[in-house]
Amino acid sequence: MRPDSHELYGRRKSRNLGVGLVLGAFVALIFAVTIVKLTEGASMQAFDHALRPELVPAAGN
Amino acid sequence: MTDATWTQADTVREPQFGDYVELLKPRVMRLVVFTALVGLLAAPVPVHPVLALAAIVCIAVGAGASGALNMYTDWDIDAVMKRTARRPIPSGRVTRGEALTIGLALAGFSVVMLGLFANLVAAGLLAFTIFFYAVVYSIWLKRATPQNIVIGGAAGAFPPMIGWAAATGGVSLESGLMFALIFLWTPPHFWALALFRNEDYARAGVPMLPVTAGPRATRNQILLYALVLAPVAVLPAFTSVGGPVYLAGALVLNALFVRGAWRVWRRDEAEAIADGHRAEKRFFGLSILYLFLHFGLLLAEAGLHAIGLVPAAWPVLA
Repeated sequence: MRPDSHELYGRRKSRNLGVGLVLGAFVALIFAVTIVKLTEGASMQAFDHALRPELVPAAGN
Repeated sequence: MTDATWTQADTVREPQFGDYVELLKPRVMRLVVFTALVGLLAAPVPVHPVLALAAIVCIAVGAGASGALNMYTDWDIDAVMKRTARRPIPSGRVTRGEALTIGLALAGFSVVMLGLFANLVAAGLLAFTIFFYAVVYSIWLKRATPQNIVIGGAAGAFPPMIGWAAATGGVSLESGLMFALIFLWTPPHFWALALFRNEDYARAGVPMLPVTAGPRATRNQILLYALVLAPVAVLPAFTSVGGPVYLAGALVLNALFVRGAWRVWRRDEAEAIADGHRAEKRFFGLSILYLFLHFGLLLAEAGLHAIGLVPAAWPVLA
């Protein structure tokens, strides 16, 4: 009997497949949200300990 | 240690992916997803479908995380109750450590991602909900007071408020009323269950109302809560999320709910045992339908609002 033919590996395979699919779905979700946020023109910069003029709201806004 | 000795020792309790899914209480998750979705769709601010999906996934995972944390704290209660003895921890399929790790990891992930996908108000509400269910209800209240389900019910009432906050970035009268609807519905729903599962709770030492105060007091409380709930449940009809369809449906549902509570109230224990708690079981079933249909009516109103089918002179509170 080969060491990797134990029934334990078969059950681990199903668990690993499940976790893999969840991680894949998570990546796809992040990608889709990024595309939508970029398309909608959401602010892509945040405060990073340095003043950037483009982050300061214009007067009257 | 050789590979052979290691596999023999661990084969029996190697968990499957499905065991991890079961830790997240998928049945509770379904209700959370539905009510959160209604909260999000009923909000006056339109949300891109992808962002709505992302927010709902985060809320569902957050609810799942609190379910896993609840199973971690309640493993000893679950083991002696018939209804919960087959859960992953008492049945030996998942260890307590795994449940804690999964619960904490998913809680952190869901809150951070909801903050990034939607906004900080929604993320803060989700974090508070998880804390409330896993700590305030599961650790502090459940074993200590018969009011456990009254206060702990708040955890289940937050999802529509989180959905609403994900869309609008805040809370309002409408989301507060959706919260109140679930909050006031929870005690009669669970007390009806406790009336015919009394032995289970008594054996586990959980101080549910029928265990501590007896069935008579529980029946009184069920009727009282149903009477308080009815006007609160009708009130959303006169807000921006309501309308005539909701009003008509809510009036019928609340009449049925109060009638069911009345039937439970007028019986004594001997009568209930004689027919196998028929009225209590029917009321419990009705209560599930009651909540589902209220949120279904709000969803219907959201659809009617979206296509402009709103009466010209409908009284709106705020």
